[in-house]
Amino acid sequence: MTTTKFPLTADTDEGVPSVLDRIHEWVVTVDHKRLGIMYIVMALGFLVIGGIEATLMRLQLAVPDAHFISPQVFNTLFTMHGTTMVFLMGMPILAGFANYLIPLQIGARDLAFPRLNSFAFWITCFGGLLLYSSYITAPALYGGAAAPDFGWFGYAPLTEPTYSRGNAADYWIIGLIIVGFGSIAGAVNVATTILTMRTEGMTLGRMPLFTWITLVVQCMILIAVSPLTAALILLFLDRSLGAHFFDTQAGGSAVLWRHFFWFFGHPEVYVLMLPGFGFVSEIIPVFSRKVIFGYPAMVAATVGIGFISLSVWAHHMFAVGMSPAANTFFAISTGLVAIPTGIKIFNWLGTMWGGQIRMKTPMLFCIGFLFQFLCAGITGVIQATVPFDWQLTETYFVVAHFHFVLVGGLLFTIFAAIYYWFPKVTGRMLSERVGKWHFWLFLIGFNLTFIPQHFAGMLGMPRRVYTFLPERGLEIWNLVSSIGVAFQLAGGACFVWNLIRSYRRGAVAGNDPWDAWTLEWATSSPPAEFNFAKLPVVHSRRPLWDLKHPEDPDWQYE
Amino acid sequence: MVGLALGALALQATDTVSSIFAPVSTPAMKEADLSKLVLVLSAIVFVLVGGLIAYNLVHFRAPAGDQRTEPPQVYGSAQVEAAWTVVPLLIIVVLMLATARVIHEVQAAPQPPNAVEVTLIGRQWWWEIRYPKLGVVTANEIHIPVSDSTVRRPTWLTLESADVSHSFWIPRLAGKTDVIPNRTNRTWVEPFATGTYLGQCAEYCGTQHAHMLLRVVVETPEQFARWVEQQRKAPAVDPAVEQGRRTFLGTACISCHTVAGTVANGRYGPDLTHLMARATLGAGVAPNTREKLRAWVKNPDDLKRGALMPAMQLDDEQLDQLVDYLLTLR
Repeated sequence: MTTTKFPLTADTDEGVPSVLDRIHEWVVTVDHKRLGIMYIVMALGFLVIGGIEATLMRLQLAVPDAHFISPQVFNTLFTMHGTTMVFLMGMPILAGFANYLIPLQIGARDLAFPRLNSFAFWITCFGGLLLYSSYITAPALYGGAAAPDFGWFGYAPLTEPTYSRGNAADYWIIGLIIVGFGSIAGAVNVATTILTMRTEGMTLGRMPLFTWITLVVQCMILIAVSPLTAALILLFLDRSLGAHFFDTQAGGSAVLWRHFFWFFGHPEVYVLMLPGFGFVSEIIPVFSRKVIFGYPAMVAATVGIGFISLSVWAHHMFAVGMSPAANTFFAISTGLVAIPTGIKIFNWLGTMWGGQIRMKTPMLFCIGFLFQFLCAGITGVIQATVPFDWQLTETYFVVAHFHFVLVGGLLFTIFAAIYYWFPKVTGRMLSERVGKWHFWLFLIGFNLTFIPQHFAGMLGMPRRVYTFLPERGLEIWNLVSSIGVAFQLAGGACFVWNLIRSYRRGAVAGNDPWDAWTLEWATSSPPAEFNFAKLPVVHSRRPLWDLKHPEDPDWQYE
Repeated sequence: MVGLALGALALQATDTVSSIFAPVSTPAMKEADLSKLVLVLSAIVFVLVGGLIAYNLVHFRAPAGDQRTEPPQVYGSAQVEAAWTVVPLLIIVVLMLATARVIHEVQAAPQPPNAVEVTLIGRQWWWEIRYPKLGVVTANEIHIPVSDSTVRRPTWLTLESADVSHSFWIPRLAGKTDVIPNRTNRTWVEPFATGTYLGQCAEYCGTQHAHMLLRVVVETPEQFARWVEQQRKAPAVDPAVEQGRRTFLGTACISCHTVAGTVANGRYGPDLTHLMARATLGAGVAPNTREKLRAWVKNPDDLKRGALMPAMQLDDEQLDQLVDYLLTLR
């Protein structure tokens, strides 16, 4: 609903605007679509950086007792890889999709607070740059590590001045506080938009599932990120003002930090994973040619996951020596998450049942997601059985599990979403042929890399080790795991090539290339700055179905 | 997932391979039994749901060319949805009952009066091991007696940390219990087979987390008693290595290391009184041989990058003499 109008071309008299003018337009924009694209491009940039870090680690771990990378550097690599993928890739790319899609899906002209939106993007971007500047600027000071090297969950007291000399930890703390402000600002904005700016007829019960899920996720961000920010501030007080919250040498508590961190950290997993469910809930119906099965149950399951996820955090802490009663409580609450998650999987299958499944690239990635997320869910329940988890926690089994969630699950849905919405954003189709290469290479590479890690974990390989000893039965699993990376890199290269080439020369998409049903497909591709020439009025969950099938509209059945 | 379940159960242990599915001690056995139940259920769920996905893909794939007609739209079904809510719930209930039972059996087990007591202190990046009732102090290698069904003799471990968080884990004996500063945790093992069982620190603890290895030597009660007796004796003074002994006592070695019967009583590094009774150096980074010992003393950083023990800048003659002395600490 912004009334501020920025010219799309700098000066119509001169015809083509200069490069500088175009950059200036992007920098000062408050348009949700441009900011959404900027979020996504920034996140993809950080995905490449995080991917390089992961590749270096897998090189080091390909053979036992390798000396390719020193332990100090290796420890910064896994710390920065984790921090980057969660805070600078996962959160921003999902914020980008929410930014771009929410106003289009609910029939609004922009987010509720366009300038707050711009602020959120830039502060996230600068927070990330600040974190990475530690590589350049931190080594000069006090002989500390060049970058944070205490793991992405920063367990106390490793982050205390005694064990993290220099300023690398301060870069991490301040970087994450800043990125957290960006997330909170974005969450306030998107939630407000969904609650107040829906077009006529778009009741809560008619919102697309992606919008519903995004609403729940924004609430979870507000609940989960704020405690993290608070804990980071406490840690900063420890480091710079001599407080002792987590300073065990002065009576502080190491376990307290773990509670604070995981009270953020576990809801965070669902903050990342739920939007992936949202993408799948949009894509599977369209490519199965069927309405989503059990919409009310899908919404209820989303809200259910949101609530339950707030009470499971200590399942990361089954080995800290909690009482049997506490361990049992968190085992049960964790097991319960499987119920709404199962409902979602079954409802997607119910949607496909009796449909006409079209194997386009977005659908392929969703199918890969279904199988891999099924594995991730099952290994999740496996780890909820506490005594089994005493053996599995902090091993490569856990590494395999959460990469099945966040790569095999989330990243596959992100690829699906990019193949699905790229035509709307650019007006051009991504190549199906290159897309299939991307899918198969990535599928093979992903499974080669992460299936063997389950076995390495069960054979006694802890996570976060810079090398492992020979003759412990770990060689073959680690070698295969590293070989898989080559396939993933090849798949990633296909993807980048597809993006660049299709952006310039892809087939023209038209408004509605997939014959879809939600509002974003009712406007032009790419949408005009104001999104809709005339705000649409909706009567059901699938307004475009109603238009295309006036003889059999959805609102008769809802 | 099925492969995972089958593969996992097929993981066998050897002397150096520590599979969690080859347990030899009570807690690890209980954990492995539960794990097998969980894996079997997991495999069944995977086959059913995965089969459903595959069936969908094969059966409902759109025929080529037919793009105009839409399939019948089905909006949901209360009965079907109730079924796939309740069935998983039942599976979870079964799993959680089994889980609660094993949690209680392991965590709430009472300590028998004849249990061996060991205090394990995590340090960057080695383990300090103390037997408070037996007056033994050593490092990186726990000796305990074997238990058998007639005379049960488990070992109770008290876990403490001198610096950051670590985690105690010997896959074939017991799952993890964290070793946390400012907190005392307890766990126990009860091995039924003699042998050496390998494990390592399982909680990231800094630069050399990868080389913080721990071995547990399970012996017959007689062997264990002999080992304790040997550990309690001060090593014999050998005049042939007097020069090396002087070097040791005259440098900063003694600020961090203890050798019983001498002025060396430092506690920051491992107790060296019976150094040569141990199989490895640097918490498992190298075998405890003369050659490796010399390399270690010359510059620990060569073997273990980032180790907190400094190079003492000794010349070759001093090094040889010092190593000769260390070799007598049996």
